[in-house]
Amino acid sequence: MSVNESLAQLSNGLVYSSMAVYAGSLVLFASSFASSRPLAEAEAATEEVSAEEISIGEASAGDAIAAKNSDAGESRATTATLDRGAGDAGALPPGRKAGNMAMSLMWLATLLLAGGVIARGFSAGRVPWGNMYEFSISSALAVAVVFLIISLKRDIRWLGMFVVGAVLLTLGLAVTILYTDSAQLVPALKSVWLVIHVLAAIICGGAFTIGAGFTVAYLIRDRAETKAAANGTEVRGWFSSRVPAAQRLDTTAYRINAFVFPLWTFAVIAGAIWAENAWGRYWGWDPKETWAFITWVIYAGYLHARATAGWRGRKAAVIGLLGFAAFLVNYFGVNFFASGLHSYAGVN
Amino acid sequence: MGATDSGVRDNPTGPDQPSEDADASADLSTAPKSDLPGTTVGLGFTGWARWMWRQLTSMRTALLLLFLLAIGSIPGSILPQKSVQPGEVTRYLADNPGLGQFFDSIGFFNVFSAPWYVAIYLLLLISLVGCIIPRTRLHWKAMRSTPPKAPSRLSRLAESSSWEAGSTAPAPQDVLTDAAGELKGKRWRVHVTDFDGTTGAVSAEKGYLRETGNLIFHVALLVLLVAVALGGMFGWRGQALVIEGESFSDTITQYDSFNAGRLVDSGNLPPFSFTLDEFTATYQEDGDQRGAPRTFEADLTYQDDPDAIPSQKTVQVNDPLIVDGAKAFLVGHGYAPVIEVKDPQGRVVYDAPTVFLQTDQNFTSNGVVKLPDIDPQLGFQALFLPTAAVDEVRGPISTFPALNDPAIFLSAWEGDLGLDDGIPQSVYRMDTSEMTQLGIKAIQVGQSWDLPDGKGSVSLTGVKQYAVFDVAYDPARFYALAGAIFAILGLMLSLFVPRRRVFVRITKRAASQDDAVGSVGATVEVAGLSRTDEAGLKPAVEEISTVVQQIVPPAPKGMSGS
Ligand code: HEM
Repeated sequence: MSVNESLAQLSNGLVYSSMAVYAGSLVLFASSFASSRPLAEAEAATEEVSAEEISIGEASAGDAIAAKNSDAGESRATTATLDRGAGDAGALPPGRKAGNMAMSLMWLATLLLAGGVIARGFSAGRVPWGNMYEFSISSALAVAVVFLIISLKRDIRWLGMFVVGAVLLTLGLAVTILYTDSAQLVPALKSVWLVIHVLAAIICGGAFTIGAGFTVAYLIRDRAETKAAANGTEVRGWFSSRVPAAQRLDTTAYRINAFVFPLWTFAVIAGAIWAENAWGRYWGWDPKETWAFITWVIYAGYLHARATAGWRGRKAAVIGLLGFAAFLVNYFGVNFFASGLHSYAGVN
Repeated sequence: MGATDSGVRDNPTGPDQPSEDADASADLSTAPKSDLPGTTVGLGFTGWARWMWRQLTSMRTALLLLFLLAIGSIPGSILPQKSVQPGEVTRYLADNPGLGQFFDSIGFFNVFSAPWYVAIYLLLLISLVGCIIPRTRLHWKAMRSTPPKAPSRLSRLAESSSWEAGSTAPAPQDVLTDAAGELKGKRWRVHVTDFDGTTGAVSAEKGYLRETGNLIFHVALLVLLVAVALGGMFGWRGQALVIEGESFSDTITQYDSFNAGRLVDSGNLPPFSFTLDEFTATYQEDGDQRGAPRTFEADLTYQDDPDAIPSQKTVQVNDPLIVDGAKAFLVGHGYAPVIEVKDPQGRVVYDAPTVFLQTDQNFTSNGVVKLPDIDPQLGFQALFLPTAAVDEVRGPISTFPALNDPAIFLSAWEGDLGLDDGIPQSVYRMDTSEMTQLGIKAIQVGQSWDLPDGKGSVSLTGVKQYAVFDVAYDPARFYALAGAIFAILGLMLSLFVPRRRVFVRITKRAASQDDAVGSVGATVEVAGLSRTDEAGLKPAVEEISTVVQQIVPPAPKGMSGS
């Protein structure tokens, strides 16, 4: 029954420090975003450069939209290259420096949070997701980690402000309303399936959140693009002009969701196996199970919609967001408002 | 499907691609093509039936049904369900008579077996079957046929590159053969359209496993649904409460509640039995989770059948007893104070551990003792507190779930228990409307209370614990598990295996007669497309370009015509 108090305190300290650093990162992301010049063009420019490097003769502007983007970006391609050169000399373009610092702070904050989560686990000698508080700090960590992993491959600083905002909100809820002292598990949770099932669900939560971020950005940007195309103007709007092309956002959102869906399927099945092992039935339509099912069905619908004529694009995106909403209902709503077998989340 | 699907293709990359590419991407997926309305004009009955069937098995209907299934599930998670919390349903009906009645009439308290819900998933099931069969046939054909011919304008595919052949290039047919060989070596399925003097091409395709995985996934869903249905028909489930020292044997009369599938022979359950030797619970002693349970252990002695050698097992929450194909799960526990009642003559008229029901986290528990066989009838309402305290506002209450300082608060009644009216009564409740109260008293273990006017005595001689077991049998659960595992595997193939097509074409430019075939004057094109917007297509096409460039090197810069 013993809990290592000093580790538990260390964990709390690390979680609070991470929040402070995230706050700094948030401010920098926001100022970077506000002062950045439209990002789609910068990205199109980078693409041009890499295409040249590979030196395949003909431009690979296969589809109409990509062609449109590169046309728009072409004139700035040189500027972007110049920016890069200038960057080496120390004069970064507006927002760039703040963005870089924001990223660095976010890495630091995420390391602190990871330390906090791990210390919490060690303090009680078990996985750090045994109640709502722990589940929340682990989920916040998952969101940040998924964002950082994607940021290794592409420039998604424009999304940073929103991701850090979501992480801070989750942590804020965790340390205020949901906080419970580090302690042993209730018997219902003592199972290897706690490790497997909940870990899978937490990773899914992180990835679904980032996927939804891309989807929302896609919907906003797509509307602006449609308007711009109709008016024959450039893409306008405080937000829309600073995020990548709609097509790219949609593709990324799809890739993330397509990656998560099998994992979510696995998480639900692992939960079912656990339920069979704890209650003697693998499925009992308890509220948590029902909402996991609803989430699963909606995301399956999303993948279906992307293969159904007349449903791609905006409609599919809206379905994806409904799936995320169902996920959130399952996460927050069911734990707070429903009574069922899954009601040991440490919330009174 | 003739003219109906021209121009509208069930392919995620569809709308972004010029229609010319339709040949190149033909059959990259076996997804049903969308039917436009209006194809039914004057088709008669079979025409209608076919049209209905095609509607039912279309992607759009599948999408709609998936949606309905999701929305239909919502009331099941918001309203109490008869199968999960029957008591809550009764309370809801009492609190909201009008609305409750309405909800009840449309099955909202029993959503997952309501006719409309069953209809949705049966339709989905039929749609699924109707979808899988033709898709499997198509996929089978696709796997055995050769990749399609290269489309006329390769430069319009998602990825493409081209170059002028250098002077050292081999003969075009050799280029095609070599390129085909290289692609085969990389496990592409290849088809060569021989060089006809002007042009020739290699078509190659890879990733059939994607569609195979998708079909496996959908079949696995079917298996899963069938397994769930079989489990419902052949499975059973019951709940039994067992006090320490007492035994349970697996017959229907020993269950407090029992649910069996339609095809279960309830008179013929597996003949196992067990005795609850001891139940132990430990709780968090301090901190803000004080009182939270930490361990529950039920020590059992069990037998597969009455003649078998007894074995021991400690059942915990996540560790059931597995016996005779059934599983017994520990799902609850509580206290059973041992109460002894003597009549005015000092004869023991009641002496038994009595099951009390928990009313709060700290096991403040309620129970009754009824003595209908003495005259006048006697009854006790009692509150059992494992760690007793008296709260100024709430009165007697337990402050910790363990037996730290047990006490029982008794209220004795005399009169008519109302048991002779034939109306069944709960063993946990007592109807005191025809009774008069004799007095109240709190006693601890080992103490007794002499009732007023020499009407006998009652004592608390000890406290036992009881455990509640769910016993479940589901013969189809392994099929369900297999379905689930194959669903995940199929899904992973379906989402992660890229389905791609690449084309290599060599075209002789209109040239003067004395050009040697294979020397300057030929254009090489490499192009590819993918089933989905995937990031891997570009590098894959680039890799093939590099390979082909080793066979036909580009002409040195300056000589090329582009
Ligand atoms: C039980 C309900 C169903 C569920 C949960 C379900 C789920 C899914 C999922 C998650 C995918 C995504 C895999 C991928 O994108 O490769 C998918 C793909 C697909 N489903 Fe279903 N499905 C169901 C019923 C149906 C039915 C009834 C049809 C027939 C109309 C169908 C036809 C397809 C097709 C053709 C694809 C592949 C789409 C593509 O080519 O990308 N599904 N399904």
